[in-house]
Amino acid sequence: MGRKILLEKINVENIHTYDVYRKEGGYEAVEKALKKMTPDEVVEEVKKSGLRGRGGAGFPAGMKWSFIAKPEGVPRYLLCNADESEPGTFKDRYLMEKNPHLLIEGMILSSYALGCNTSYIYIRGEFMWILRILEKAIAEAYTNGWLGKNIKGSGYNLDLYVTPGAGAYICGEETALIESLEGKRGNPRMKPPFPAIKGLWQCPSVVNNVETLASVVSIVNNGGDEYAKIGIGRSTGTKLISACGNISKPGVYEIELGLSVEEFLYSDEYCGGIKDGKRLKACVPGGSSVPILPHYLVTKTSAGEQRLMSYESLADGGFATGSMLGSGGFIVFDEDQCIVRNTWNFTRFYHHESCGQCSPCREGTGWMEKVLHRIENGHGHKHDIDLLWDVQRKIEGNTICPLGDAAAWPVAAAIRHFREEFEWHINEPVKCLEKNYGLVKEPVLAI
Amino acid sequence: MHNMETAESNIQFKPETLKEIDRIIKQFPEGKQKSAILRILHMAQEEFGNWLSVDVMDYVSRLLHIQPIEVYEVASFYSMYNLNPVGKVVIEFCHTGPCCLVGAEKILKHIQTSLNIKTGETSSDGIFTLKAAECLGACGYGPMLQIGETYYENLTEEKVDNLLLTLRTKHS
Amino acid sequence: MPKVTIDGHTIEVAEGTTILNAARQIGGDLVPPAMCYYSKLDVSGGKCRTCLVEVTKGSEKDPRPMPKLVASCSTPVMDGMEVGNKSSAKVMDARKGVVEFLLINHPLDCPICDQAGECDLQNLSYEHGASGSRYEEDKRTFEKIDIGPNIQLHMTRCILCYRCVNTVDQITDSRVHGVLNRGDHSEIGTYIHNSIENDFSGNVIDVCPVGALTDKTFRFKSRVWFLNPMNAHCKCDKCSGEAVVWMFGDEIYRVTGRKDQYGEVKDFICNTCRFDSKDLAKWTIEGPRHIERGSIIGQGHYELKPEDNIKEIG
Repeated sequence: MGRKILLEKINVENIHTYDVYRKEGGYEAVEKALKKMTPDEVVEEVKKSGLRGRGGAGFPAGMKWSFIAKPEGVPRYLLCNADESEPGTFKDRYLMEKNPHLLIEGMILSSYALGCNTSYIYIRGEFMWILRILEKAIAEAYTNGWLGKNIKGSGYNLDLYVTPGAGAYICGEETALIESLEGKRGNPRMKPPFPAIKGLWQCPSVVNNVETLASVVSIVNNGGDEYAKIGIGRSTGTKLISACGNISKPGVYEIELGLSVEEFLYSDEYCGGIKDGKRLKACVPGGSSVPILPHYLVTKTSAGEQRLMSYESLADGGFATGSMLGSGGFIVFDEDQCIVRNTWNFTRFYHHESCGQCSPCREGTGWMEKVLHRIENGHGHKHDIDLLWDVQRKIEGNTICPLGDAAAWPVAAAIRHFREEFEWHINEPVKCLEKNYGLVKEPVLAI
Repeated sequence: MHNMETAESNIQFKPETLKEIDRIIKQFPEGKQKSAILRILHMAQEEFGNWLSVDVMDYVSRLLHIQPIEVYEVASFYSMYNLNPVGKVVIEFCHTGPCCLVGAEKILKHIQTSLNIKTGETSSDGIFTLKAAECLGACGYGPMLQIGETYYENLTEEKVDNLLLTLRTKHS
Repeated sequence: MPKVTIDGHTIEVAEGTTILNAARQIGGDLVPPAMCYYSKLDVSGGKCRTCLVEVTKGSEKDPRPMPKLVASCSTPVMDGMEVGNKSSAKVMDARKGVVEFLLINHPLDCPICDQAGECDLQNLSYEHGASGSRYEEDKRTFEKIDIGPNIQLHMTRCILCYRCVNTVDQITDSRVHGVLNRGDHSEIGTYIHNSIENDFSGNVIDVCPVGALTDKTFRFKSRVWFLNPMNAHCKCDKCSGEAVVWMFGDEIYRVTGRKDQYGEVKDFICNTCRFDSKDLAKWTIEGPRHIERGSIIGQGHYELKPEDNIKEIG
């Protein structure tokens, strides 16, 4: 059994209530920080922990915090990104729904560290019922003196609010989130300036994912060094993985980073293997945006080494033969799935979610969707694969925000590893409507 | 110029909703009341028949002291807002990749057949509107759909039949 | 003051200057094209991606190249920065891509478009476009709508540069038009059939880089290249009265603001001057405007006058 930090108490009955949470040791980290630590010391512990942003980019959280500008007399804001919308990802929802006080405690600690007196949780609008759970928990925290003025006599003040989105994946991008929080369309901003300098209402702001903030509780309780002992290399700590697709046991799992993909995918403690005894066809290990891996690159790298659930190992081989840990949305495809259809589906998603501000993403995502739709439905042309490749290449890196990359990468990876399946769709326009292609062959490298 | 005369329309939130709106606006610094718009539009949609008419949006703009276009811009950006009349029950059916891997397309077809409508349409009895939604964050529990604030997960054809029956009885 | 090198030309510029503006200070064909940035607006730029450049050296302090191409209109220069525009194959390739993206849903109805001859998109396509389209699907279409008595919106041609929205934001605090919907469904509009009623609303026509917003008092009256643009001024209590009147013989066909070599107006003019002052007696004609060599409008027959203070570039 791997060590559990975030989900340690998840099955304690009524852990979502203040009384139970407190009895289980809740808010002790806040007590400790406010009494014994300066804000900078909290930042220091987070730096030592090696905690990396759990939303997808994996940027070191402590370093992100240290960038925040501190001009005199200007408020600073901590914003929790609870706009969980990356296909394949449903971990934050689980954590907030089951154990809302853990996030609140993490936010108090992080707000204290950053010197924020007002913080917001921005939650996707579809999770309105979780917003209500959080508001209830926040009210309990106020009643018990963990929020509000002069928290536990420390002189530190903090107000915490939850505010909903209304259906826009793009608001998970931090500057779009800020725009949305200001009551506008979720159009990502041009950077620089970065939120740490000019964020919410042009004030210095930090945006962190739910899981990142919740992880701060254990870091403060046990020290950054203790946290850094968990995991492997620069992938420290534990990570929530949302496992879905064709596996026996879909769900949210907490793993110690460094667990082998093999164990995660096949052991009964986690995914329990491919459902109904079928063969593995492919896996998207970090949410829909990251490159898809064909069956032969899922549990081992191209060098034949064991693939691990870590930032580095999943990325081993670069985009040629690797992928990314991303948000931890682990999507598994069995042998009966169609990669072209799924690529079309994901592309439709990005097309639907493009904000429309910048031309490569606005026009390119829709174009790719149409071409993929054509191929999937047996109307593809021979040149379509090269066209798709070129369109994704011209979106990637040329957009205001990472949504362009997120839309381009899945297409690029699908063509890279499953080109023969695309070609089959074009060459067999009738057959491709009736059956699936099956597994792609592992390329034999001439050495 | 926007038309302040629409102020004459008798759209008005219930007193308890107005109180709630007041609480929400206070969550933001003075002058930043626009930040409350998304939540208020959710409340407006709930209170005024599942959709946002021009009159409703104009009313919200007056509550927030902003121009009506600022409300239209926002309302038309976010996919949860309906800008046209819809049925009493709005089904948001997730049709993104992970749900499709576990049979969402089959269930969607089943709903379409049962209600005799296509995605984006409202059933002839005016009860159901079927919307295809992109990822609702329930990938491990698909196929799934959302109605109001409730997620219905791990759907089967049988579960859908029961759900539709219950809702139809309730809203007929 | 930071020093920046663009396509091999070095210049010293004020702190905070963007790469694009530094390039404009150097001038010539190393200046990246800009379809959404507009220097006269407080807020603009970053969206169209035509001005993308490659930063091959970040700065003296941190010489690492920037990992992605950056929008030159919104990226400030750093001391020692080295930038590739025309000299960068990466940039040329990306720009070609951007032009292709801008054109896939554009109607390419130049023969019947009032903007033809003075269209930034036309010019951009001439320079960076492909000879054919790889886009086989149906193009997005919209109905034409009137936003007020004098302005027509042809959304099919719009490239969503946001300039008109930013302009109105700047000249009034009661904007009635904006960007509606999302993604490639986005459109400029008023949502309900509203008209932009502001003394300066006509400037949205001047800032529009394409033929999406056109002057209804001029629509289909003449091709621009048959007209002679003359600098002229009048006494106006709303604006500076400094405008360009576009003449055919003794007749004024249309009135616009005075644009510089980057197509940006010097002053926003009022609607009275623009729409309701077609009477020659109202204007004092200063003389013909300079037209860049190669411009299609250059076929008008007139000479450059010394009082024409617009400098030639390059």
